[in-house]
Amino acid sequence: MKLSCEIDIHPLTRVEGHGRIEISIKNGTVQKAQWEVVETPRFFEAILVGKMWENAPYLCGRICGICSIGHTLAAIRAVENGFGLVPSEQTSQLRLLLKHMETLQSHILHLYFLTAPDFLGTGSVFPLIKSHPEAVLRAARLKKLANDAADLIGGRRLHPTRTVVGGFTMLPDMAELQKIRTRLQESLDDLTATVDLFATFTIPDFVRETEFVSLKGKGDYPFIGGDLISTDGVGRREEEYLEMSNEYMVEHSTAKWSRLSRDAFAVGALARINNNYAGLCSQAQQAAEQLKLTPVNHNPFMNNIAQLVECVQVAQDSMALIDQLTGTSWQATRQQVVPKAGLGVAAVEVPRGILYHCYEFDDTGRIIRADCVIPTSQNHGNIHLDIVELARQGAASGTGDRSLELLAQMLVRAYDPCISCSVH
Amino acid sequence: MGKEKTYLGVPVYRPRVAFFEFTSCEGCQLQILNREESLLDFLNLVEIVDFREAMTEGSDDYEIAFVEGCISRDDEVVRLQEIRQRAKVLVALGSCACFGGVNQLKNRFLDQGWVHRQVYGEYPIASLPVRSLADIVTVDVSIFGCPIKKEEVEKIVTNIALGKSIVHPKYPVCMECQANENICLFDLGEPCLGPVTRAGCDSWCPNNRAGCWGCRGPADDADPQRLKAIMVKHGFSLETIIDRLDCFGGFVRESARLRDELENVGQTGSVDPGGGI
Repeated sequence: MKLSCEIDIHPLTRVEGHGRIEISIKNGTVQKAQWEVVETPRFFEAILVGKMWENAPYLCGRICGICSIGHTLAAIRAVENGFGLVPSEQTSQLRLLLKHMETLQSHILHLYFLTAPDFLGTGSVFPLIKSHPEAVLRAARLKKLANDAADLIGGRRLHPTRTVVGGFTMLPDMAELQKIRTRLQESLDDLTATVDLFATFTIPDFVRETEFVSLKGKGDYPFIGGDLISTDGVGRREEEYLEMSNEYMVEHSTAKWSRLSRDAFAVGALARINNNYAGLCSQAQQAAEQLKLTPVNHNPFMNNIAQLVECVQVAQDSMALIDQLTGTSWQATRQQVVPKAGLGVAAVEVPRGILYHCYEFDDTGRIIRADCVIPTSQNHGNIHLDIVELARQGAASGTGDRSLELLAQMLVRAYDPCISCSVH
Repeated sequence: MGKEKTYLGVPVYRPRVAFFEFTSCEGCQLQILNREESLLDFLNLVEIVDFREAMTEGSDDYEIAFVEGCISRDDEVVRLQEIRQRAKVLVALGSCACFGGVNQLKNRFLDQGWVHRQVYGEYPIASLPVRSLADIVTVDVSIFGCPIKKEEVEKIVTNIALGKSIVHPKYPVCMECQANENICLFDLGEPCLGPVTRAGCDSWCPNNRAGCWGCRGPADDADPQRLKAIMVKHGFSLETIIDRLDCFGGFVRESARLRDELENVGQTGSVDPGGGI
């Protein structure tokens, strides 16, 4: 019998923000398959106009509750690039370390709290407290480590306090930083156990050829600043971001969508690894091998796995950064800021993909125009096309409507969308 | 979830709670999942029946509704009213719910059409000027902060579960900051709203040498004129003071008054420090 079903998931759960999946199949033919973004807009780009430069990081951090550190750092970099301020090596290292901790926190939250319940057959992490206590405690330990480190460096895990244009208001205590180093070393066992756990999960076998876009590492793994690269061979400098974002509106979304060489593209952990596999440390490459992730991988469900590989990457790199920072005494906390007229563009690889902030200043440093391009808004078009293809394959193979409904939800969750951020 | 909890042999009632979000960054709900060391205890204190960001199951049968975010669209007004009807206790969670939060900064523009065009051009997208929850329904308990502080949430939720009243500090952040023996931010050349903002965060930002932006709204006896006097004395512009008072929507009247003054300054070119300092 040919499949007929009506799927309407509204709102989708266990994701940040409000989205809707609609699939309608009649007698084996897809009538409708759509990813809809229903989130209310907040107009940050308008809010910033008329404000002085020092407001930007403070306000823009609040675009997102999950990647507030990434937004704060992008805003700071955009202001610094606009004013021609080059941060000191110490500041750059501390910022990268802080961002690594956000990546670890965000990925662990997504993997254990939002994704794992699908693979373990529950509706949330809460029943797992009884059925898989060791896994939940492991997740809590890893998340706590990342959050404690973010508190130490940024002053606060969410909407950081110490991060300012020119550097930091205050530097972490060296001894405390060393303790984080020890805890990171100890966390490697927890990460290995996490890799072992996810290696037991059956990742849905779904492939749709996709253009993957990320920043390009210079021999290392990319995170703050730099040029972009795509698996279709596109390269763009940081300040040419508009040639990548190409934002446009669709009727069923309050977020803007993006396209580059094709109808859509993907950003995030899988895109970063697809473009920069060689930049991963050996431990992260080992995890990738165990989890059967080889570039270029076109299965969007593998973004979960890519996030886990990145957890290993950032844990290793964070230890190296702490070794560098604690190997010398603290230099100046904060550089002087001299405002000037012009344009500042910043690219930062945040947990869900490339984040761009761009501000135009008058000669007093007042913002006269602002633009923020969010990773999830870049992904919306690709999520939509994946849903269309998933529905087509489901209709053709006669997959039951319940399993198609679950797969569709898991597919969107695999992108770890940050929907309110994408609408901002 | 779990068997009945007891304390000294007396059964402890676990209220059925639900979490909802409107226009916001959803960070306050994320804070609920933070502070991992006490997370399991916190989850034992209440029975969570609806939490869209963390769980697939949902329920309309709840006693306490925690509501994050401000209201900026018609469908949000309807949904908030439904939540109000179902909940015995409605808790405004965070600055967006309490005052509109950073989102209400768009309200400062007289031409909301310009705000729309700045982001979407001529493309039609529904949005209303930002309102707090209390602008639309009765709010029983407010939890201030951007973000909320989990320790404070735990305390307040325990009090709600035990039927105790919720009392916020009447004094300003400045008092906590001094008790914490911080260097005064004014002496470090940083603007700070500590003298007028309601305490309860344990001077979270000043502890990190960052000035207060007033995310918790005004303390009971907040005196904005006195604040202005202090800030002007330390060389800060009226604009800097307004930026901070404006930020989260807790000081709308105070910043409107200073904005009028700023326009007058634009005409006369001098700032009256006021306040006798």
